[in-house]
Amino acid sequence: MTRDPNDKAATMNMHSAAAPAIELRGVSKSFSGAPAVRSVNLTAPHGAFIAIIGASGSGKTTTLKTINRLVEPDSGEILLEGEPVHASPPHLLRRRIGYVFQGVGLFPHMTVGENIAVTPRLLRWDEERITQRVAELLELVDLPQDYAQRFPSMLSGGQRQRVGVARALAARPAIMLMDEPFGALDPLTRDALGREYRRLHERLQLTTVMVTHDVLEAMLLADTILVMRAGEIIARGAPHELMNEHADAAVRELIDTPRRQAERVRSLIENAAAHG
Amino acid sequence: MDERIAAAWRVLPDYLSQHVVLSAASLALGLLISLPLTIGAIRSERLRWPVLAFASLVQTIPGLALLALFYPLLLALSAVSLRTFGQGFSALGFLPSLLALTLYSMLPIIRNGVTGVLNLDPAVIEAARGVGMTDRERLWRIELPLATPMLMAGVRTSAVWVIGAATLSTPVGQTSLGNYIFSGLQIENWVSVLFGCVAAAGLALVTDQLLGVIERGAARRDRRSIAAALTLLFAGIAAAAATPLLQQRSSAYVIGAKSFTEQYILAALLAERIEREGASAARRAGLGSAVAFRALANDEIDVYVDYSGTVWANFMGRTHTPAREVVLREVREWLQQTHGVLLLGTLGFENAYALAMRRSQAEKLGVRSIADLAARGSELRIGGDFEFFARPEWRALQEGYGLRFAERRQYQSTFMYKAVAGGEVDVISAFSSDGRIAAHDLIVLDDPLQVILPYDAIILVSPRRVNDPLLRRALGPLEGAINVDIMREASLSVDRDAEKRTPAQAASWLAQRAGLGS
Repeated sequence: MTRDPNDKAATMNMHSAAAPAIELRGVSKSFSGAPAVRSVNLTAPHGAFIAIIGASGSGKTTTLKTINRLVEPDSGEILLEGEPVHASPPHLLRRRIGYVFQGVGLFPHMTVGENIAVTPRLLRWDEERITQRVAELLELVDLPQDYAQRFPSMLSGGQRQRVGVARALAARPAIMLMDEPFGALDPLTRDALGREYRRLHERLQLTTVMVTHDVLEAMLLADTILVMRAGEIIARGAPHELMNEHADAAVRELIDTPRRQAERVRSLIENAAAHG
Repeated sequence: MDERIAAAWRVLPDYLSQHVVLSAASLALGLLISLPLTIGAIRSERLRWPVLAFASLVQTIPGLALLALFYPLLLALSAVSLRTFGQGFSALGFLPSLLALTLYSMLPIIRNGVTGVLNLDPAVIEAARGVGMTDRERLWRIELPLATPMLMAGVRTSAVWVIGAATLSTPVGQTSLGNYIFSGLQIENWVSVLFGCVAAAGLALVTDQLLGVIERGAARRDRRSIAAALTLLFAGIAAAAATPLLQQRSSAYVIGAKSFTEQYILAALLAERIEREGASAARRAGLGSAVAFRALANDEIDVYVDYSGTVWANFMGRTHTPAREVVLREVREWLQQTHGVLLLGTLGFENAYALAMRRSQAEKLGVRSIADLAARGSELRIGGDFEFFARPEWRALQEGYGLRFAERRQYQSTFMYKAVAGGEVDVISAFSSDGRIAAHDLIVLDDPLQVILPYDAIILVSPRRVNDPLLRRALGPLEGAINVDIMREASLSVDRDAEKRTPAQAASWLAQRAGLGS
């Protein structure tokens, strides 16, 4: 992968290779008195793919949004490459972090190409470089080049989210934050997009934090899973560790859910075959 | 073609062009003020409520009242400006209309703009923040472009309102399509009223359609149709702005007229006399009574006809009722001393307030004088024009005769005569020189106690024209030339339903009858 010397993300990547890409230290946040996140610690080394799972209201989205300051924590510290996020204004911080969410939020008055080019334009890249980058990204997310001139309203849900991913990647961020990115898609599209994203993650050497309520998706995509409940991280580890070795029975059961479901499906199919 | 339609067509370029210029200027100024306020209201919640509340409040003030309120305000400002900078400005006509209509235009623009932005899809706003836009970038690149169709719909509403409300600028002395409506209503020329309504509605419709093309063009990013519509709009405004220049009518004299038939005829008569001397004369017709006098005292109009009793009671604030000559003398002195206004002469007739009834009913009840009426009043209903019940005459009548009525109603004067003729009311506050007294077979009740003020028609001249020889030459011969009978007949010829004369035709007839040559 070629990196541009003007690219902030690139320079940041290099200046402190020793520090983890993302680090949260004792981060807490309350909304009108009700605690949403309580003293969360999280470390993501370079190249990590972390999934945060948990029920609605467990604080996983809030935790994710403190990283690009869409939510400002009440206390605690957040470091990217060892540098506190508060060192620069939020909009500059966000330009070097990719952000994809369930609502996608493509700008309806802009073409696909213009949507993808949004962050590079904010960073005042020259037009030639932007055009080139848009073409590159359309290819990367597997969309035909002529889609650059289309408007978001003309796309399917899956195509929209591909554009959402391309927009997030446009300014070559080192970090990607994803909030239920494929939650609104049909199962087939969801599976395909998930796998494609995992390949991009490898290829571009990204550090990804993904929030999902889908345990299966977390197990298939992430290297590390964090389980949240009532604002706290109650378990963390590789999927197989959590499933087999975790002390909390509820966590073991949660992580085991997809396997049990798969077995039930298989036995249903086998029974049907035996009786049919 | 009907003479009334032909007459309406002749003044259309003047009325329409002034209407267009006024509306366009008001809307442009309204946009200039509304857009920053809209942006402020979007960005600051603390500003949002006061801005929207203010704009809504303005909208609740009736258009006519808003226009009327700007006149005294500007007059006071002009006086301050004159004192401090030695330079005053006209408080009449374009300026008060522009300011009132500008205020009027703001609500739809601000409300639609703010609503348009605040109701955007939250996902789009989150995405705008997520990609790293500042608040300002988000506003200009995302929120305003997406709210543009809604904002344009607001501009369209505003344009239609302004064009409609601009017809109300006639009474503060601004020529507009409202001149057709106000004068038509006064002289019962319904063709003229209809003509004014159709012209204003047509203008509003065309403007709305052109703005609609721009709105749809903006939504589809169709630059060509936007450019075409904008070109047409600006061509229309430019043509309107150029019309007065082409006509080259920099009038030397400005003649005022209040808003009733006699005044329209007399203004035409004064204009005819001045033009006969080779000078040009413009008219500011349909002025409110106090507006006309203040405009004269401020040199904004040069000459108009008022009535001695009006000056005595309204402007001098006197409450007693001396003899006719005494009133005239004191009025003349007061005008000269306090305002530098010249009472050039009396026309020779009175237009006093009078109580009038249907002849048949008066005979049946045996009522001949106001004293007779006092005995029967409690069974009867009285109708007055808009100012009558607030005037000293009404108080004097009540106190002098102990008059009491079962009910009182207010009418625009045309409808007041219709009301008494149709039996909706029994007694009205008529004007003694009004042609409609005879036309509707009404009788004027005697005033044995002489509580009603004398109202001699007087020619008033503005301070700067006091020593103007042309004006004296033109208007001097009018002294005592018009008696009440020919004035009534002239007014009736304009007011009646068949074989109506225009005020100008009636003025020529009057001049002939008064022996002023043809």
